[in-house]
Amino acid sequence: MVASKFGDFTGLLDFLKEPAAAAQEFFLLTGRALRNVVRAPHYADDIVLQMDTIGVGSLVVVVFVGFFAGVVMALQMSKALSSYGQVGRTGMIVAITLVRELGPVLTALMMAGRNASGIASELGSMKVTEQIDAMRALGTDPIQKLVTPRLEATCIMLPPLTVIADFVGLFGGWLIAESYLGLSTRQYWDTAWQALGWMDVAEGLIKPFVFAFAIALIGCFYGLRASGGTQGVGKATTNAMVAATVLIFVLDVMLTKLFV
Amino acid sequence: MSDEPILRFENVTVRFNDVEALSSLSFQAVAGESRVILGAAGSGKTILLKTALGLIKPDSGRVFAFGKEIGALPERDLFQVRSRIGMLFQESALFDSLTIEENVAYVLENQKSISCPPAQIYPRVAETLEFVELGGTQEKFPSELSGGMRRRAAIARAAVTEPPLMLYDSPTAGLDPITAHTIIALLIKERDVKRCTTLVVTYRYQDGNLIANFRYNPKQGNLEPAFNGTGRARTTFMVLREGRLVFEGDQDRLEASTDPYITKFFKQRE
Repeated sequence: MVASKFGDFTGLLDFLKEPAAAAQEFFLLTGRALRNVVRAPHYADDIVLQMDTIGVGSLVVVVFVGFFAGVVMALQMSKALSSYGQVGRTGMIVAITLVRELGPVLTALMMAGRNASGIASELGSMKVTEQIDAMRALGTDPIQKLVTPRLEATCIMLPPLTVIADFVGLFGGWLIAESYLGLSTRQYWDTAWQALGWMDVAEGLIKPFVFAFAIALIGCFYGLRASGGTQGVGKATTNAMVAATVLIFVLDVMLTKLFV
Repeated sequence: MSDEPILRFENVTVRFNDVEALSSLSFQAVAGESRVILGAAGSGKTILLKTALGLIKPDSGRVFAFGKEIGALPERDLFQVRSRIGMLFQESALFDSLTIEENVAYVLENQKSISCPPAQIYPRVAETLEFVELGGTQEKFPSELSGGMRRRAAIARAAVTEPPLMLYDSPTAGLDPITAHTIIALLIKERDVKRCTTLVVTYRYQDGNLIANFRYNPKQGNLEPAFNGTGRARTTFMVLREGRLVFEGDQDRLEASTDPYITKFFKQRE
């Protein structure tokens, strides 16, 4: 009986060993990537290249998602508000939900789908073809050369992309408000503008900044752990996207709790 | 050449998930020596080279390169040791997003312990590409080259800094016999012209036979037998089996071996 109990306990420890080692590896990677932000050499060319790939490359999808989020919010909220005779406050509701919640989360989810998976597949391919080892052999720290520029580029680009998504979403809401709900332009924008406080703006900017860490680091982490050829790269890509998506929601809950 | 070892393994054991990839391995390579490491797939040949370069840390034992214990050095300090070691990876491992010129220039631009003035980087790259007979491929990407050309470009990248120790991981794997011969001829040329210590991992005995018995004639620009009064090039053969060193010695001793595993390597060609 006692032996059986110990046996179960050992089995549980064995089961937890791998996730614990992975978590330790992730935090070590995070620490080294952050340390490299202030440590030479700095690869400015790589940062700019990644800002273009991660940021500018995501612009179209972010604009589309932001626009339709604003349109849908305006349509949904107008119906709910009409039962209280408050359709005129549609701009306020759209602004608050977009700036505080939908803009940061939807933009981050798009970035996770596009970039966490992209980073994981790129680094994963490099890993399985020994390019990461070659980089080390040629005197470069792969974390400094590959991870830190991607982290910096994502942190720089995600907040402005979120702001763009917010504005495009508000614009989408305005189109519905004016063409479908019969609100005046001034009424929509006045209520939207007045609804937003500094804390809302802070929440809307801090969230994407934190989400950027999750997207870049998860993508790099799974990419650098890839093994076993093309199948391993595919697995790393899927895992990176799933983990980044889940982490965005977990972080969103934690950050929202801080601001509410 | 001095007999000072520039690479030394002392009872090195490397494990992956409780499986020993290298098991209490000890040997030393002296300056100017060629070592041919034979072994079947999974015998630990690649792990040996990666351990020599500090890419893999041994679980026990010590590895010394140029007198420094590389297992004890942090990654940043290893860069200086690695700047004196050139490595050809099994699948070339060229950076596929960079051109051939950028690949070869990479180490000169990024390795801080190598002081190469910026104005000299690209002339030096062109010279090295000419050395491996790849002049005119500077602007091409690795995917645009054949397997043999990629292997030569990878040799150029490893050799551009003229390191005193060159490591070759299965340089002829997956190549046709003619291209394989070209690659080994290039390896011998690199060894004899630059006078570097050479470790070659391979499963093909023919590669080791060429390395041991031929040398590069710079006047004629081709290989010639190394028997004309000066004796063979100083070549030691090692045979690995499941991570263990089962043979170490010269070619004559290797061919005299009656061990069934060892004889399989050289009897294949008969």
